[in-house]
Amino acid sequence: MVAHVIPESIRQKFPSLSFLVLIFALLFFRPSLLLAQESPYIVTYDHYLEEPGSLEVEYFSTFGTERGGNDFHAFWTEFEYGATAWWTTELYVDGQTTFNDSTIFTGFRVENRFRLLQREHLVNPVLYIEYEQTSGADKILKEVEGHDVESDYAASNGVLRKEHDHELEMKLLLSSTFKGWNVAVNPIVTKNLLPSEPWEFAYAVGASRPLALKASPNRCNCCRENFIAGVEMYGGLGNTQSAGLRDTSHYLAPVVAWNLPSDWTVRVSSGFGLNDNSHRLLLRWGLSREFSGFGELVGRWFGGRR
Amino acid sequence: MKTGFALFCRAGRIGVAIILALVFGISVFGIARALAQNENADAPKNRKSTYAALVEAPEKAREKKNPFEGDTQAVAAGGKLFEQHCAECHGPKAGGTRKGPSLLREEVQQATAGTLFWILTNGVVRRGMPVWSKLPEPERWQIVTFLRSLTVQSSSSPSEKPALP
Repeated sequence: MVAHVIPESIRQKFPSLSFLVLIFALLFFRPSLLLAQESPYIVTYDHYLEEPGSLEVEYFSTFGTERGGNDFHAFWTEFEYGATAWWTTELYVDGQTTFNDSTIFTGFRVENRFRLLQREHLVNPVLYIEYEQTSGADKILKEVEGHDVESDYAASNGVLRKEHDHELEMKLLLSSTFKGWNVAVNPIVTKNLLPSEPWEFAYAVGASRPLALKASPNRCNCCRENFIAGVEMYGGLGNTQSAGLRDTSHYLAPVVAWNLPSDWTVRVSSGFGLNDNSHRLLLRWGLSREFSGFGELVGRWFGGRR
Repeated sequence: MKTGFALFCRAGRIGVAIILALVFGISVFGIARALAQNENADAPKNRKSTYAALVEAPEKAREKKNPFEGDTQAVAAGGKLFEQHCAECHGPKAGGTRKGPSLLREEVQQATAGTLFWILTNGVVRRGMPVWSKLPEPERWQIVTFLRSLTVQSSSSPSEKPALP
């Protein structure tokens, strides 16, 4: 039923779309008292970590245009777990479909975020450390680093997947929330583990605000307070051999998150390339669900008392 | 060329070692922590030290006035927000669970509105309560208004007597 409302051409390009739409339709109005309060950012991070013991499962898609090559649909799944109130750990699994080419698995990432200060301050720092093992065909563009430019992705999957990257990525997540506004700034450094490779630099900044700051007394899906809108900007800043804006790509992306009372969050973002080195359009969307009490459940599997 | 390949292999091995160490560490920590939580299930959750964070609120924060004081709409909205964000740990009737203490106790109920707002904003990170500044300020005050509408439970009483509106 759901599949019939999706045009055939789109279903061919996005084989997982029907399944996701079905799940979404089934769970959209599921009565629940929980509500995720997720930020709308897809690339930028604010300083809020996953609640302790909660597991958040997230699926994201990026449709990207490619001049001089085939457009692509990159996708990734994130498993984000709140180990403590000051430590969140996360696993990413990436893949992509390049139209008129192939669909391939492109790698994985393991990431940890550590809250550095116990209490809230004007600016709240969080340390982000990630290890990536990806192929050159990875196109999720979760970060745009160093001299990453559109033409890097123009070759076929067969050629790109021959390159293997083992990278360590560090970010300092600086974030502040005032009068409902969140402003986040993420300076990024990345090091390919090959000693000959230089350190690469990048940035991501974002600002967002809920559409309403006061909750209504009634439960509702479409209350204004369930929507958070904002904008993010991200791009590369060169590397240790040639730092700066030359031969780098940059994006500006309006973002919206819809936090549903059924603990689902929908995010949509349309990123526009800001210079000739950038993809013209990166259309992203994501669906996530938080599972509270996951840590306790695992504890019981290992013999903890009920 | 051979050197590059060797370096690549070495980097790969280091990467795999880091991943294994991370995965192993996280697994051991997570399991140990989950088991520890369950081992402590019978420990008295409402002991006074649990509420020690309340006295850490600065004087200026304690004296803050609740803009929704006496607002019945705010109590209803705060009740909804409590169910969505707080009930998982503090229980659906705020009487406490293994994960979070009772909010019906007199230590909480006698705290000023400003103190409760400060705790909500800053969390008690070392004890596992996350910061809730991601909720806009008016929503945090709505939750405080709801908490202040609950009936006090004596700190000497072992049983929970929640009384939600």
